[in-house]
This record gives sequence, C-alpha cells and structure tokens, in this order.
Amino acid sequence: MTDLKNPSLAPPVTTVGIMGWMRQNLFSTPLNSGLTVLAVAFIYLLLVPFFQWAVWNADWTGSDQSACTSGGACWVFINARMELFIYGFFPTSEYWRVDLVFALLAVLIVPQFFERFPHKGWIGFFTLTGFPVLVYFLLVGGSFGLEPVESGKWGGLMLTLVLAFVGIVAALPIGILLALGRRSEMPVIRTICVCFIELWRGVPLISVLFMASVMLPLFLPDGVNFDKLLRALIGIVLFQSAYMAEVIRGGLQAIPKGQYEAARALGLGYWKSMSLIILPQALKLVIPGIVNTFIALFKDTTLVLIIGLLDILASVQSAIVDPAWGSVSTEGYLFAAFSFWIFCFSMSRYSQALERKLETGYQR
Amino acid sequence: MTEAIDQASTADNGLMIEMADVHKWYGDFHVLRNINLEVQKGERIVICGPSGSGKSTMIRCINRLEEHQRGRISISGVELTGDLKNIERIRREVGMVFQHFNLFPHLTVLENLALAPIWVRKTPRAEAEEIAMNYLERVKIPEQAGKYPGQLSGGQQQRVAIARSLCMNPQIMLFDEPTSALDPEMIKEVLDVMVELAQDGMTMLCVTHEMGFAKTVANRVIFMDEGQIIEENEPEEFFTRPQHDRTKLFLSQILEH
Repeated sequence: MTDLKNPSLAPPVTTVGIMGWMRQNLFSTPLNSGLTVLAVAFIYLLLVPFFQWAVWNADWTGSDQSACTSGGACWVFINARMELFIYGFFPTSEYWRVDLVFALLAVLIVPQFFERFPHKGWIGFFTLTGFPVLVYFLLVGGSFGLEPVESGKWGGLMLTLVLAFVGIVAALPIGILLALGRRSEMPVIRTICVCFIELWRGVPLISVLFMASVMLPLFLPDGVNFDKLLRALIGIVLFQSAYMAEVIRGGLQAIPKGQYEAARALGLGYWKSMSLIILPQALKLVIPGIVNTFIALFKDTTLVLIIGLLDILASVQSAIVDPAWGSVSTEGYLFAAFSFWIFCFSMSRYSQALERKLETGYQR
Repeated sequence: MTEAIDQASTADNGLMIEMADVHKWYGDFHVLRNINLEVQKGERIVICGPSGSGKSTMIRCINRLEEHQRGRISISGVELTGDLKNIERIRREVGMVFQHFNLFPHLTVLENLALAPIWVRKTPRAEAEEIAMNYLERVKIPEQAGKYPGQLSGGQQQRVAIARSLCMNPQIMLFDEPTSALDPEMIKEVLDVMVELAQDGMTMLCVTHEMGFAKTVANRVIFMDEGQIIEENEPEEFFTRPQHDRTKLFLSQILEH
C-alpha cells in the first residue's frame, strides 16, 4: 500500500474549506452568483428591521402601556397578560393546581429523552394512563377538598394542552383499533370501521365542534347535559382517531405477509401477533405520519374558539382588543404562534430521535 | 450430508399427519386435488414438483396457513377444523420454516427465539432464553444472539428461523423451500442443520429441489404436478426408476445441470 505511484496530494484550495464550499454552492454560475446577492439583500432588508423591532428596540419591562415608548415591540403586554394566556380564567387562588399539572407533566416527560432511565417504560405507561386521571381530579376539582372549577373558566395554554394531550392519548389507541378493524376478516367489524372512518373524515372539524356544542344538546333528553369542553373533546378525539386509523393502516399494509404467517405458525393468536409482531413494526414505520397527525391535532385544538372556549390563541385575541393597550396585535399573534411552534417543533424533534433509536438496521 | 440415515429408523409407532381426499380452490382455480397422504412419526418426506404444482399450498394446509375446502386433515389424531383453539393447539406442535425466513426484524435473535415459548407456552423468560441459547448452539450461531436479523447473512437467518421453530419443541417440522432464497455457498450450512434434525428423529415434511438432500435424508419422495400427487416412492426408486412421464421430464430438467 505504501509504494503507490501517485501519492495522495492535498486537494486544490478552491475545492475545500469555506472558500470551496462558497464557490460550489453560492457562486458556481453567474446566475447563481446573482441569486446569492439578491438573497443576501433580501435577508438584510427583512431580517434586520425585524430584529430591530423585536429585540433591540423592544420594551421588556414595565406593567402597562406607558412602559412601551421606544417604538419597538411591546413585550410588556405579553408579560402583563401572561396569567390570562396560561391559566385562562382559572381562579387565581387555584393556580397551583395548574402549575402542579405542568410540573408533573415535565417531570414525567423528561425520562423519555434519556436512553436508559430506570423504569422508563412504566413512567411512559403512567403518563398515558394514570396521569390523565390525576389531571382530571386536579383540574376539575370537586373532590378531595378541592374547589370545583367549571370548564368555562379553563383557558389559555392550559386548555390547549389539555385538549391536545387528551386528543393524542385517546386518538392513538382508538385509531389502532379502527385500523385493525378495517383490515379485519369479519365483515361486520370491517363495515363498522369503514363507515366510522369515512364519516368522520368526510366532515370538517369545525362542523363536528358545532354539532357537539349546538346540536347534541337538542337530541339529549331534558336534564341531561354534559360539559361543553367534554363534548368538544369527544368530537376532537373521534375526528382525529379516524385520521390516525388511516395512517396506521398504511403501516399495517407495509408489513410483509410473511410476518403474519410466521406469527401464526408459531401459535400466536390474533391479539398476540398484532401486539408483539405486527404493531411494533407498523407503528415504527408510520412514526412520521403519526406525529404529523399529532401536530395537526395540536394546532386544530385552536378551533374550539368557535364554540366559545378560549384556548391560547383566543385568549391572546381577547387581550389585544383591550383599549388599555394600544396596538399590540403583532406582539400577541407572534407570541401565540411561537407558543404553538415550541410544542410542535418539540414533538417533531422527539419523533426523529425516536425513529433513530428504533432503527435496528434491518431489511426484510 | 454424506452419511445416509438409517432407513429402518422409520418406526411406524404413530400416525402424525393424515390427509384424506383434500381439495382446495383459489376462487375457481383448483389448486389441490384429491390429496391423500399419511405421515408416520419420524418420517422424513421430501416434496418436489414444478412451480405452481401446489406443494407449498399442501404443506401450508397442515398448519392451517391455508384452509382446505374438502376432505380431512388430522394432526396426531386431532382434526383441523375452523375451531380456532384447535388450530392454535396444532400450530404449537407444528413448526414451520419459510423460504424468506420471516424472522421478526424488530427483535434480536434471542428475542425471536424466546418469544413464542414465553407468550404461547407461558415458559418463564429466563428458562425460555436458556432454551433459546441451547438451540442457537445447535444451529451453531450462539454468538449472534444479541444481533438483529438484518445484521445476519441469509444462511444464518434461516438457521435462526429453524431454531425459532424448534424452541416450541414441535412434533412436526414443515420446510417450505428453505434454501431457495439463499446464495449457493450458504445452502450447505442450512441443509447440515436439517440433516442433523432428521438424524434426531424429527418428523419432517420438506418442499425442496435439493435432490442430494432428498437422497440422503428422505424416506419418501413425493412428486406433485397440477395440484395432485403424481408419484410417491422411496428416494432410490424415485430417482433411478421414475414411473410417470411427468416425473421423468421433471427429473431430467433439474438433474441435467
């Protein structure tokens, strides 16, 4: 190996390093060079004023509009109304209950980001099963000496997270059952699942929410009335589970027939083959699709504002019309958008990490 | 492969498989026609025939991966019907090895092996893994226990698949073209495992075109064409004096090269 006729030389300066990279990617042709210059100019004209407004010239501290004098963004407004954006109209004396829920959620989720955390599986299981029950008792109140808080007072980020969390936790298992049902060999079950999926996928979420809040009470007998939030939640869960079912069905179809046959040939029954062999593979395949549905669900929760529930976006909207603050709508909407982005982006990153972790380097 | 197996070891001390007048259709297509077959305990049967002749379908009927529509199939005296409990009981006793291995790619080799004993036989995990390691040693790849199937060669995967079936301690093993998807240099390692299994007295039904294997191991060779059993004989007779024209044609085609 040592007596090569042509020893290796250092590559020409123009093809490596930052110079080489720029030559290859930014200035390879006259057209490309022109586009690069245009793009830089565009970024300069757009981003510099934005940062001036949002960071350098912004007002950060104070308690009312008089603190906003520098002509930049008035972040004071966000600070001052933060309680509304987070807790909605939850009674101030009961904020600790919401805080406790947030803290618990954070504590429960952190282990999922570590490779080997003791009892990670059980913590995850509790997060999806026991935790929602705990949250129900904490937030709804009325038992264990807690003051009842009716759902009309829920709002802001807390409402958004409740809707999204319940939606995600409930839509996935229902979606799995629907997907399995749609592929069932039993015609009755298959027909029921197909009808359910096609019905819910065929209507817009807005109309589902309207029906849940306006029409459903008309059909219920007198005296039977259940919570508006609960009705909206059920609507969201059933709606999203239909989408989830189709995503998961895609994964089920991608599993080779041989896997089903091998499972059956070993004597595994239907539920065991599905839960041990087929679903772990199918769900892994469709993680991007599942997370896509989760993200869509998270953002769709904001539609509850049309039935009078104030999620984070709606509470921002209600705050920006307050005449005590001049025009702060830009700040408000940016804050709402950023809040959604944080959660959706985290889900997206988590799903990518999960995909990498579950990659066992297999081919079939 | 070379040491011939004692033909006299075919102790007829029990009827393991009985197929009587079995018919099957795919839609209008009559894939199995009047199949009659009896397999005694410890018998080793090789099934050959042109592609599409129904040989795979026939052995897949034995563990109900395919349903027969007429006739009777009994496994150790238990008749295969639509009864699910019955089917699952029979599948526990009948191991199957597939052409494309069908290992579970999301589980390690050891987990692939221990899965069925744990979940079907309710064996405690530690014991199941011990059994699994034993069989991995028998197929000579204990060092691969922690790997995923995708990291193994085809021959190794097929040996893992054989070990996976053996972990259930089956009374019958079905092989559906176990070497057809393998590269030539890996066929021998799989056949060696199968020969050892035969020497241990396992009842085997094997769909294969490995005629060397058939000559050394089989008690009987069955030739199928168009969904029927055309000819059935001891390997010596079958290869030297085939009776039927179609058998002669088939043998001349596969033995020419």
